[in-house]
Amino acid sequence: MPESSRNELTRRLRQYLDADNVIVDQESQRPYECDALTIYCDLPLLVALPETTAQVQQVLRVCHQLNVPLVARGAGTGLCGGAMPHPQGVLLALTKLDRIVNIDPLARTARVQPGVSNLAISEAVAAHGLYYGPDPSSQVACSIGGNVAENSGGVHCLKYGLTVHNILSLDILTVAGEALTIGSQGLDSPGYDLMALFTGSEGLLGIVTEITVRLLPLPEVAQVVMAGFESVDAAGDAVGAVISGGIIPAGLEMMDRLAIQAAEDFAQAGYPRDAAAILLCEVDGTREEVDQHVSQVANLFNSMGASSLTISQDEAHRSLLWKGRKSAFPAVGRLAPDYYCMDGTIPRGQVSFVLNEIHQMSEHYDLRVANVFHAGDGNLHPLILFDASDPNDVRKAEEFGSRILKLAVQVGGCITGEHGVGVEKLRLMPSQFSAEELLQLEDIKHAFDPALNLNPGKGVPILKRCQEYRALPARHQHE
Amino acid sequence: MSEEPKPAGLDDSKAIVTSLMQAREEARPVYITAGGSKRHIAGRDCDSDTLDVSLHRGIVDYQPQELVITARAGTPLTELIAALQEHNQMLPFEPPLFGGKATLGGTLACNLSGPARPFRGSIRDAVLGVQLINGKCELLNFGGKVMKNVAGYDVSRLQAGALGTLGVISEISLKLLPQPEKTLSLRYEMTAGDAIECMNRRAGEPKPLSGAFWLNGDLTLRLSGAASAVESTAAQWGGDILDAADNTWENLRDMTLPYFANDEPLWRFSVNPAATLSTATDSSLIDWGGAQRWLRGEYPLQELQQAAASAGGHVTLFRGGDRAAEVRSPLSGTEQHLQQQLKRAFDPDGILNPGRLYSWL
Repeated sequence: MPESSRNELTRRLRQYLDADNVIVDQESQRPYECDALTIYCDLPLLVALPETTAQVQQVLRVCHQLNVPLVARGAGTGLCGGAMPHPQGVLLALTKLDRIVNIDPLARTARVQPGVSNLAISEAVAAHGLYYGPDPSSQVACSIGGNVAENSGGVHCLKYGLTVHNILSLDILTVAGEALTIGSQGLDSPGYDLMALFTGSEGLLGIVTEITVRLLPLPEVAQVVMAGFESVDAAGDAVGAVISGGIIPAGLEMMDRLAIQAAEDFAQAGYPRDAAAILLCEVDGTREEVDQHVSQVANLFNSMGASSLTISQDEAHRSLLWKGRKSAFPAVGRLAPDYYCMDGTIPRGQVSFVLNEIHQMSEHYDLRVANVFHAGDGNLHPLILFDASDPNDVRKAEEFGSRILKLAVQVGGCITGEHGVGVEKLRLMPSQFSAEELLQLEDIKHAFDPALNLNPGKGVPILKRCQEYRALPARHQHE
Repeated sequence: MSEEPKPAGLDDSKAIVTSLMQAREEARPVYITAGGSKRHIAGRDCDSDTLDVSLHRGIVDYQPQELVITARAGTPLTELIAALQEHNQMLPFEPPLFGGKATLGGTLACNLSGPARPFRGSIRDAVLGVQLINGKCELLNFGGKVMKNVAGYDVSRLQAGALGTLGVISEISLKLLPQPEKTLSLRYEMTAGDAIECMNRRAGEPKPLSGAFWLNGDLTLRLSGAASAVESTAAQWGGDILDAADNTWENLRDMTLPYFANDEPLWRFSVNPAATLSTATDSSLIDWGGAQRWLRGEYPLQELQQAAASAGGHVTLFRGGDRAAEVRSPLSGTEQHLQQQLKRAFDPDGILNPGRLYSWL
């Protein structure tokens, strides 16, 4: 885009936004160059920071009129490069829309703006004995708008579901800036289920300006059973035993040796350093139910050959046991200059096989890998350790990651469980979908955004038909 | 434990694709059917030639340890439930069985779930993946057989409530739940208004509530879960305990309660569970902890639509009445346009169940 066009865009946006909220200079744009997957970065034409829904609508209208690409961004904690700016577009940061609009304790809902952090919702409703279910590890920082875009999960989604199960309604703006409300205050809505389509759509179909979330009653009590195992296989079998034993744990997490050691160094949570794998199993509910399930789980783990067993004694102890898990990413991050977090989901029964394969790949590429794993729902997070300043290491890490995700598809799983496709996994989409399936996804995109201006180059690969539309910059083409 | 059940099944998808290709070539729209239990409910009547998918049935894969089952769309729900029973598992969404005729595909297409829906989720919530034949006669797979999958748009859940207008559903993978150890129902005499307040307050407590409905002056609550939790909650909440042999919940699920037994138009409101609905509350059946309310009788459509809208939801003429007219709350112009675009993305020639959802879709 020529400089004159950038000036025109800036002038138009500053008619509606404070001059400070339209960032043009490159140095001030730096904080927006990437999300939490830092290997993919770029600078936008400009960054827009609207403070009201009306301003968001004006930004959309201006971009629509000038045919300018637009990338929405929340807190920037995403892990797939989904919020990486478009070099010819506007980066729309929604962080200033951070108001909790309304809480309805009786109907157990809250209306919130997209920039509100995930944890802030639970904190705001705690006084009513309620909380918001999905809890990604980044919940202190990540925004609810971003959670909707990625259909975020967390450690508790086996029992309480993903974002798609925990939101009732969305106010959205179409690419042309038209406002509509989808979903309802009830449990379904007339016509097609656009809530299902928008949740996890990675900012490709519209911009979310308000979310009505469903709230859950805070459980009376929650307790964690932690067990160490001498092999990954034994831990994997124990996961299956819990599930088929008729218990749905609130969370069921696995970590392998490298992850255990890193987390223990970081958090001193009392993890068994000598174990090949640990399981953290949280059960919640009424006092009686939790007592019953804790003893069932402990007995199951013992019968499956646990080498150590710890049961949380109080809330402080439970928090400490989780602290190790929740800080596993940064803890592993201290072991190497950089780490690359993968996100495949596999059938639970394939855990041992896949972890053994990953171990062999780790030797092949000579890159260490730590595995942190939502074992209850089969969502793997291998963390590949590498040095981003070494181009060879970067290449190896990317190849290693791709092979893990292709393996996930081969065993009946998928390339992403909760982090999204973004720019990162775009080239892997054909390993999960046929050409006809990809074209069907592309047709859905066209139904909402015919000019392909919303988050171009992410989420869904645009196949050969893209020539019919405005050409994308070379680095965003996917064939 | 017994052998894995191997019920009779047949992959008839090729024949379905062939029939659909022929229909498309001849520009002859089809009405998709299997058990026939939903022919005249949930949507507008559709007079296209039928595309019968009832032969396409059977369980494709069932892994109790994974809590996942995959079955063909024409599989009767009763067959699924019997297979799950062997492993003490269940469909979380408690679907209506309609005398054994209801099939899995039709249940997803109509997004039908029973009394447990607010507490264990709907069929839409349980769906992990679908195989689908779109209006271009392409056999496509979306989602999968794992608990979490965010690659691509959620085409699987989009089928819920689409009434077959986006594709012929071929196979469905679902998340399952273990059966609860114990179930117990409590009954209280109270007005509809008090019942709505009570249902919502109870749902806000961390107790194993799995059903809450009101009819004819009685609120009935159901508890399901660990025996210890069910018993202690029942002791705290009081109320009259229903006989274990009582089949009220099954009759509510299958719409076989006397309330449903006449030919009057039957309206379904889906609203804010705590809302007061301005229309005839005392003659309603209130289910889903307040979020689903049934109303019988002749009413002006617009009046009901306004009542539903002010209660934060929508209304459907679920059964009876004029089924050639619109049976659902209207959509805004912007949303109507998006829904039409979406329909075109799946079914460019408009051959799949045209007019079943809305006259313009």
